[in-house]
Amino acid sequence: MFRSYPPQIVLEAVLNGLLTGAVYALVALGLTLVYGVLHIINFAHGAMLTLAMFAVLVAHLGFGIDPYLAILPLTPLFFAFGYGLQRFVISPASRNDDGAILLVTLGLSIVIENLLLAIFRSDTRSLTLDYSFSVVDLGFALLSLPRVIGFGVALVVAAALWAILALTDTGKAIRAVAKEKLGASLVGIDVNHIYAVTFGLGAATLAVAACLLMPSFYVNPRVGNAFVLVAFTVVVLGGMGSIAGALVGGLVIGVVESLSGLYLGESLGQIGIFLIFILVLLFRPTGLFGAKA
Amino acid sequence: MSSGTFAAYRPILIAIAALAALPLAVPMLVSAGLFAGANTFYNLMIFILIITLAAQGWNIAGGYGGQFSFGHAAFFGTGAYAQAVLQTRYGVNAWAALPVAMALGGLVGAVIGLLAFRARLRGSYFALVTLAFAEVFRILANATPITGGAAGTLVPLRIGFGQMQFEAPAAFFYLALGFVAVVLLLNRLLERSRFGAWLVAVRENEDAARALGVDTLTVKLKAITLSAAVTAVAGALYTQKFLYVDANIAYGAWISVEALLAPIVGGIGTVFGPLIGAVALIGLGEAAKTLIHSAFGSAVPGVDLVVYGLLLIVVIAFAPRGLIGLLRAGGGR
Repeated sequence: MFRSYPPQIVLEAVLNGLLTGAVYALVALGLTLVYGVLHIINFAHGAMLTLAMFAVLVAHLGFGIDPYLAILPLTPLFFAFGYGLQRFVISPASRNDDGAILLVTLGLSIVIENLLLAIFRSDTRSLTLDYSFSVVDLGFALLSLPRVIGFGVALVVAAALWAILALTDTGKAIRAVAKEKLGASLVGIDVNHIYAVTFGLGAATLAVAACLLMPSFYVNPRVGNAFVLVAFTVVVLGGMGSIAGALVGGLVIGVVESLSGLYLGESLGQIGIFLIFILVLLFRPTGLFGAKA
Repeated sequence: MSSGTFAAYRPILIAIAALAALPLAVPMLVSAGLFAGANTFYNLMIFILIITLAAQGWNIAGGYGGQFSFGHAAFFGTGAYAQAVLQTRYGVNAWAALPVAMALGGLVGAVIGLLAFRARLRGSYFALVTLAFAEVFRILANATPITGGAAGTLVPLRIGFGQMQFEAPAAFFYLALGFVAVVLLLNRLLERSRFGAWLVAVRENEDAARALGVDTLTVKLKAITLSAAVTAVAGALYTQKFLYVDANIAYGAWISVEALLAPIVGGIGTVFGPLIGAVALIGLGEAAKTLIHSAFGSAVPGVDLVVYGLLLIVVIAFAPRGLIGLLRAGGGR
């Protein structure tokens, strides 16, 4: 069943896995941030990513904006979208009850995904850009340029997110709410505002991820599902709420996916991810970096 | 049977009788223009009943027991595939395949339950692990030869009572209704049993239940097994109705979502919740499809699901006890 490959092909698979993994990490960052602060799993995360990817598509086809430049308008736009969604839909509809939040975000994901289906139909689309198929030659391996850029920007965004949390007042407030929301509200922090800011940050990272993905990936109304399951795995592996964990988890999952695709073939390749997901949940639900539950 | 016991079952018997009498109204509904023909009516009703059954299964573990599964497709699909594969590959009779499909579904439920509950997964974590199991099954079913791989499995059309394939569409309607009726009664029995009380105690406060001496692991395991077995029967009926399964139908996320939406919209942890929810969701979804179709002149995909999602959010926001809660509140208590 296992074929053996020359080391160069395996190395290339590992490098490609790392490149994909960085974008997985970026998608997972938003999810883990929201979990860490609101202690909820945002089931609409995948649908919001799909929405962002369609936004990149429309920005390019409708307005001629390059996907990488689209980061500038889309990131604040999605921050506002996420903020509004949490503040005016999720929070009032769920009365901040955990089970209800899970279901409201599930409802949102169904609505977003199927609105996109109604508007754009189920066709799979992609962008053709001058640099879509450009490669970077490392001498021992050829890597796709858009994915190398994606890797770099994803790391920068992760660092920026970390800086926001570590260095700004808002970041301090977010960490305070994550630790002890009653205490935070007693010292004058507006918990609902912080919840919404966190959700907005999560949405903003998705906008960046979408801009990084579109030059080399395709979009259809269901594309987010594939990413969200991977993102859940990354988050669980890295430990719910841990930013460093999401980063490392994303890279690991990228490599696992790439290698299991190489050895098991396309259709069975994804199974490696889910098996890791299940095993981690069953045997180490706090993840590799998570604090005790 | 004391009069109190009968009173508890009376609304269920009335509802079953009303549903059983529905075919009498078909000529009227068709002539009123609500349905294109008797077949359209029966197809919709059978679909609603199959979803109801899947949802009734979900409601046992999710509604009464508070264990929110996002992966009931694992059980639905196992039932659907078992029903198809046993007939096509092993020559098993359809009626004999059905209990096997149910048992296999229950077994899958027991195994997933054992793994998840032993690991003390609750809430979101339990939802996620069930979702992942369903995905693993979907990928496996799509890739292994025994299930027909990506091409799926086609059950040959052989009309006859012995094959559980009926000439008259009403016959399958009554078969599906029979299963729904049995589970309606079973759920009332559950509600009134000691086991049902333990299950609700686990939902309300698991730690307190354990402290009071309830063997919570066993209670949850029994619930998920029963829950999975019921949903597996829905899958088997789906196979018998449509005579085809593939991985995206059987183990697809759509059925996990339908199975949990119906009870939540209808009224979580109630006997009638899944039925009311399935009727409301599918009814409104169909109405939206028809409306959009006549407004735009062509079908727009996804409209019914947009309605599902909106309904879910609206119900959570304004009627946390579901439509049944609204009915009770409106009808004077």
